[in-house]
Amino acid sequence: MIELRNVSKVFNEGRHNEFTAIRDVSLRLADREVTVFTGPSGSGKTTLLTLVGCLARPTVGRIRLHDRDISGLPERFLTQVRRHSFGFVFQQFNLISGLSAVDNVMLPAYPTGRPRSGLMARALELLELMALAERADAPVEWLSGGEKQRVAIARALINDPPVLIADEPTANLDTAMSRDFLAILERLVEQGKTVLMTSHDPLVYEAAMVNTVVSLRDGRVETVP
Amino acid sequence: MPPWIERQRHLMDYTLAAMARRWGRNLGLVAVYTLLVFVLASVMMFTDAIQREAGQLLEQAPEVVVQRMVAGRHDLISADYMDAIAAIRGARQVRGRLWGYHFDPVTAANYTFMVPAANAPPAGRVHIGAGLARARGAAVGDVLSFRGHDGALFSFDIEGLLRAESEIITADAILLSEEDFRAFFGIRPGLFTDISLQVRNPREVTKVAEKIVERFPDTRPILRSEMQRTYASLFDWRQGLVLTVFAGALLAFAILAWDKAAGLSAEERREIGILKAVGWETTDIIAMKTWEGALVSLTAFLLGVLLAYGHVFGTSAVMFEPVLKGWATLYPRFVLTPHVDLFQLAVLAFLTVVPYTAATVVPNWKTAVTDPDAVMR
Repeated sequence: MIELRNVSKVFNEGRHNEFTAIRDVSLRLADREVTVFTGPSGSGKTTLLTLVGCLARPTVGRIRLHDRDISGLPERFLTQVRRHSFGFVFQQFNLISGLSAVDNVMLPAYPTGRPRSGLMARALELLELMALAERADAPVEWLSGGEKQRVAIARALINDPPVLIADEPTANLDTAMSRDFLAILERLVEQGKTVLMTSHDPLVYEAAMVNTVVSLRDGRVETVP
Repeated sequence: MPPWIERQRHLMDYTLAAMARRWGRNLGLVAVYTLLVFVLASVMMFTDAIQREAGQLLEQAPEVVVQRMVAGRHDLISADYMDAIAAIRGARQVRGRLWGYHFDPVTAANYTFMVPAANAPPAGRVHIGAGLARARGAAVGDVLSFRGHDGALFSFDIEGLLRAESEIITADAILLSEEDFRAFFGIRPGLFTDISLQVRNPREVTKVAEKIVERFPDTRPILRSEMQRTYASLFDWRQGLVLTVFAGALLAFAILAWDKAAGLSAEERREIGILKAVGWETTDIIAMKTWEGALVSLTAFLLGVLLAYGHVFGTSAVMFEPVLKGWATLYPRFVLTPHVDLFQLAVLAFLTVVPYTAATVVPNWKTAVTDPDAVMR
């Protein structure tokens, strides 16, 4: 269970360009479910995901992960929580070009100090699950959009985190590839993963596998069905 | 293997892969860096080795040389001084020396004519230094002719060549008999260029020199330690000269390194953001960048030092020859005894590796401490 209590996020605080992205948001996000955040551009969806995923700290309010307050943790501990609890699939995929697919997948596990042989085996296993075994050694810039996204998913899963966070995952995919992505997510939820996503795409937020859709506008929660 | 070591291995793997992606830039950097270390290490090794060589040769030199001064200039000294100096307690092996310079218009070079203390060649014959033999294209059995002080032509048969090991000081030397020397330069019997002597107890050298000046106020005793100091300062001065010339290169490198280190490209910033977002700590980023900086600087340092070693001890510093060996026409050809001063090397390593590594790490640290949420935007 992830719980947000009266969370606000202000950028450039105290300066002339101060901007409040999230205003007094309180939410409870259930485990092993799929939650989609929707809303117009600038509504604060992505900022909310960065706060939940420990990529940034809230300006005001508390975020609890399984009864542990993670909003006030020092940077080092915040990174450890992020590494072990969350896997990220970014809108632009954010793979490191010049490296092979399998090297990209292993990246989040380097700081754990796990032996390379085990790490490589796990990365190849994940790529096989994503139907990318044959592209493991290809530099990521040679891959198609759909392949890149599957590499990004494999990378998000290398440390076996309980929560998968995806930001506009289908924004750069066609309909067929979007359906493939949703099918992969469905399998992950069946395996017990929690999925948090932002999306404008009805194909995503109207999908049968989605349990909760949270609508945001101007940094506030508009509707939680 | 402990996780910490495994983690460092992963970071090194990643660093190597990251560097391979920007191989052109990194190769250029290593090349400039290597050149810089090569120049610094060459100058350092050469001056150190030549000072050591000169020091060893000077160990054979007399402990005290006494010159007579007239109006502040070195003048010939009478044999009478020798008896009085020999009477000073502690002074021994007092002898008059004959040496002088002669300009040879054929090679436009100055030669040093000397009468050796022992084994002087017979009248009409000479032993010559290897540099002179090369310049004149002369060999044993040939005849060398020079015009003496009165314009008369003197011809000498070359009886032998001086040993190559001593070339550092004998390149331009001509050893001849006392009789020939006096006739050639027009120096009367009973006069010498200077007087050399040894002192029985080395701790009394200064005392003996004081007594000589006291007894003969018109003389100037030169101690061996002073000659060694003069050699040291001469080569230090030349070392400084070369380093000054290369100060521009040093500055260029500093600018290059700073630009490379401080000016993180948008791609590098993005990469650091991604690594942080996927779970790398700030310390991991810094460790990775430290490996990168250390790898570049250590590679350049080792390459530069190895090249300098080959340059100095293999080719006798052929690139810096005109400055470091002097401006003479006759360059001595000699191979220096390989010797590396570890302390100097450590100082060089400290001055090249540490600043570069630090310059690389600081801007990366500044980027790495920011929140990684930018990659989501």
